[in-house]
Amino acid sequence: MSLTRYTKDHEWVRLDGDTAVIGITDYAQEQLGDVVYVELPEIGRAVEQGKEAAVVESAKAASEVYAPVSGEVVAVNDALLGEPAKVNADAMGEGWFIKLRLADPKQFEALMDEAAYQAFIAEEQH
Amino acid sequence: MRYLPLTDADRRDMLASIGVASIEALFADVPEAARHPGLLDLPRAMGELEVERRLAAMAAKNLNAGAAPCFLGGGAYRHHVPAAVDHLIQRGEFLTSYTPYQPELAQGTLQYLFEFQTQVALLTGMEVANASLYDGATSCAEAVAMAHRVTRRNRTVLSGGLHPQYRAVCETYGQFAGVELLAQDAAPGGGEDLAALIDGETACVVVQNPDFWGEIRDYSALAERCHAAGALLVVVVTEMLSLGLILPPGEMGADIVAAEGQSFGNALNFGGPYLGLFASREKFVRQMPGRLVGQTIDAEGARGWVLTLATREQHIRREKATSNICTNSGLCALAFTIHLALLGEAGLGRLARLNHATAVAAAERLAAIPGVALVNERFFNEFTVRLPSPAAPIVEALAAQGILAGVPVSRLYPGRVELADLLLVAATEMVMPQDIDCLAAALQEVLR
Amino acid sequence: MSPPTISGNRGLQIEEPLLFEQDSPGHCGVDLPEPEPFRERLGGLERRGPIGLPGLSEPQIVRHFTRLSQKNYAIDSGLYPLGSCTMKHNPRLNEKLARLPGFADLHPLQPVASVQGALELIDMTAHWLKVLTGMPAIAMSPAAGAHGELCGIMAIRAALEARGDRRLRLLVPESAHGTNPATAATCGYAVEAIPANSRGRVDLAALKAQLDGGVAALMLTNPNTCGLFEDEILEIAAAVHGAGAFFYCDGANFNALVGRVRPGDLGIDALHMNLHKTFSTPHGGGGPGSGPVALAAELAPYAPVPWIVHGKDGFALVEHAEAPAAHSIGRLKGFHGQIGMFVRALAYMMSHGSDGLRQIAEDAVLNANYLRARLSDVLTLSFPGACMHEVLFDDGFLKDTGVTTLDFAKALIDEGFHPMTMYFPLVVHGALLIEPTESESKASLDQFIAVLRGLAERAQSIKTGAGDAAHFRAAPSLTPRRRLDETEAARHPVLRWRPTPLQQQAAE
Repeated sequence: MSLTRYTKDHEWVRLDGDTAVIGITDYAQEQLGDVVYVELPEIGRAVEQGKEAAVVESAKAASEVYAPVSGEVVAVNDALLGEPAKVNADAMGEGWFIKLRLADPKQFEALMDEAAYQAFIAEEQH
Repeated sequence: MRYLPLTDADRRDMLASIGVASIEALFADVPEAARHPGLLDLPRAMGELEVERRLAAMAAKNLNAGAAPCFLGGGAYRHHVPAAVDHLIQRGEFLTSYTPYQPELAQGTLQYLFEFQTQVALLTGMEVANASLYDGATSCAEAVAMAHRVTRRNRTVLSGGLHPQYRAVCETYGQFAGVELLAQDAAPGGGEDLAALIDGETACVVVQNPDFWGEIRDYSALAERCHAAGALLVVVVTEMLSLGLILPPGEMGADIVAAEGQSFGNALNFGGPYLGLFASREKFVRQMPGRLVGQTIDAEGARGWVLTLATREQHIRREKATSNICTNSGLCALAFTIHLALLGEAGLGRLARLNHATAVAAAERLAAIPGVALVNERFFNEFTVRLPSPAAPIVEALAAQGILAGVPVSRLYPGRVELADLLLVAATEMVMPQDIDCLAAALQEVLR
Repeated sequence: MSPPTISGNRGLQIEEPLLFEQDSPGHCGVDLPEPEPFRERLGGLERRGPIGLPGLSEPQIVRHFTRLSQKNYAIDSGLYPLGSCTMKHNPRLNEKLARLPGFADLHPLQPVASVQGALELIDMTAHWLKVLTGMPAIAMSPAAGAHGELCGIMAIRAALEARGDRRLRLLVPESAHGTNPATAATCGYAVEAIPANSRGRVDLAALKAQLDGGVAALMLTNPNTCGLFEDEILEIAAAVHGAGAFFYCDGANFNALVGRVRPGDLGIDALHMNLHKTFSTPHGGGGPGSGPVALAAELAPYAPVPWIVHGKDGFALVEHAEAPAAHSIGRLKGFHGQIGMFVRALAYMMSHGSDGLRQIAEDAVLNANYLRARLSDVLTLSFPGACMHEVLFDDGFLKDTGVTTLDFAKALIDEGFHPMTMYFPLVVHGALLIEPTESESKASLDQFIAVLRGLAERAQSIKTGAGDAAHFRAAPSLTPRRRLDETEAARHPVLRWRPTPLQQQAAE
């Protein structure tokens, strides 16, 4: 079973016990261009699946990052505030945004896996 | 028609290229019922001479402030603008250029706005300033909105010393935004305890310095009380020249400064266009409204400037923008920049001292008139006097004699009987000793 | 590529540092007398240290700003094909008249009897605008278009609340200018998008489906931001009114209609105009503007103060929200409005008259359609059929060339033109929105057409291997600065000059 799942809004989520690590996909960062700023939520905030959890900005655009799953924010990647370029350099790893304490594991399992996401992107590009 | 280059031959050729018989075909999408046939009920085209004659006749019906001793202030000030300013702003590349969205074609505009932002930051003692808003009053309203965003609180305390039009604009802006405004009563001579009104729901306290009555204060203690409660201090300045001489808001602990820049480079223009200034602490910059110019380098490593942090603005962030503002006061900001450049550090200090000296002389002369009392303890170039009877009729009587004696407070606070005897008097470098003599003599006469 | 020069200047392109880098301490470009000694009344609240402003002489300052001006493109230099900006000629008569002391040297708080001519100016400008819009009332004080939107939407909300009708949504097309949803949010409304149909206009069926008792207003631009007249506008107005909502129109594109179509006849309840667009007041590098709002009778009572009214002694100013303005939404800015812009706009309107104003709309629409006819074989026209005063293309023609709309626009700069509006409206991909205005001669348009055709051809030649996308990506190469790093400017904002530590030491 893949530990990384994806949303149609190009967020990824990886499970680590009951903690979900969330970021935007490599495809998303490529579409966005150079990331200049990231707005992260406060620790302790409850986020709902499908609702805005963070914002990622390029020089010319601002995109909402929607929570792929519901949960409570337990950590945010402060390093991104000083070095937003990490999102471009390593979107799937060091460019992570938020860590949530997962409310409902079933939400995770219902998301697209790697293969399904790749197929989804291929569709979008047509 | 001197502004329309197309000839009838051109129009025919172009219609042929397009492949339509007449211009009507290009308006075919307009419903028949909405097409206005013929000409609207307005005069036909006039030549330049005719237009000039008509508008000059209209202008001649006004008593212009230069034709009379002028002591009017109340948020707009009559200053001398050096001749070079108006010549430079009328250069076509400044006058007729667009917003600098294509920076390679607008380094002129971007550089002067960067200089403007720096000047505003230096004068106010703040860390960062934007590239201007519409005017001081709307700047004040935007400051309140920003304080609410930054603190995520809904309550604002407005000092009674805030210009009543600024208060009114804050009320208008706030009425549908769920904002709670605690506006204190206006009363000259101070005595308000703003710190006592701060609580855990307060987003900001708004004060003006010099205030509406011309009084100058140090708001450092109030700033500390705001910060202790997690609130911001917003300081409004309606006469920017005062910052050539008095302690600036940034050195008192202000978090946001909202100001009117008209005093530098811009004529009175019967109230507009004016120049909104906006400055804040750097840490709040992403919550600032308005355009911001930032320094960068180009593909060859040369220094240049661009509009930046645009994701705050409406054209990108739409309903989540920090403000709906698009147009700024570009050309007025350029006039401000040039005027301040001409003054420089030395000239600004000298001009400010000249204003203060003139106002002190005027205050002493007027206070010597029986029945007239100076209200202020301190002032810069504007002060309040109490007359023995309502000020408005006195001002009108003096205007009929060709003297613009000052602003009767009742003009801005109608219906406040206890304020009706008060007169705001401003004396800038444009006021000559004989103007003061003239005003004092006439006022004394009218009061007898 | 010519060799580097010793000075770094290139002919008439002269490098110019910041004012702060040219400080001669103590220097001043204005000679002022020092006052005689006097007893100051500052109560110990003087500044404690220097401000840090540079001192220069007048010749240095005139040269500084002259050199800066030479780095700008302007309407006076050439065509500015910016869609929805209406970059028309700014007549110099307007500048002369705005500077008459009888207009420029008036204090806003002078006794009303001493400024009857100024009040007449506002009243007459208002009259012309009322006749042009066919609407009975007008709020003159808003300082710009977005400010006017705020005025109109607030008036609508006030009118609804006065009749006890609490509606929380505004409908805005996907193609709307960003100020529209931003304004809606400021007034406490939620924004709902309405889709366009395949013809680029508002989808009437979708609109009707979304209209219910919770919608306060529809905000529309007409002609819309695709340059197309909303031909079902009468049905749209009827549907909006039928649902008890108001019809707000963004008047940015009024240049296509002036003198020929009156918004009042289209069922519009509130419309802001941009005097700096349709009425030629100068853009000034970004402002100032002026945004008067025409109002239907039902909204007139809510207009912001001040109101100009006719009294027994001539014109009077109602400056407070009390009778006759008791229902006013209040004050939207200090003093009375952008008077300096009214002089310019009135001079412009008088210069054209009813006949000239109508000709403006015709020439503006003719010029845009001429561009459409002469370019739609090489650029991708987004919507078939006639356009109004602006024409919308998209980046279809750049497919497989490796050239983006941005690259194409930057190449235009080297040809001596300001690029058209790019990437707006959002409803097509890589939008190129072109508005020539009536101020362009046929020769000017023909030159622009030739350049666009040439660039399009160059882009196409990339597909056959004959051309090179690198040329486009390197553009512009002939301007005072090459492409600037906007990413760096946003990542590490430097928003003001600061003295270096060495300079700071020297000052102390």
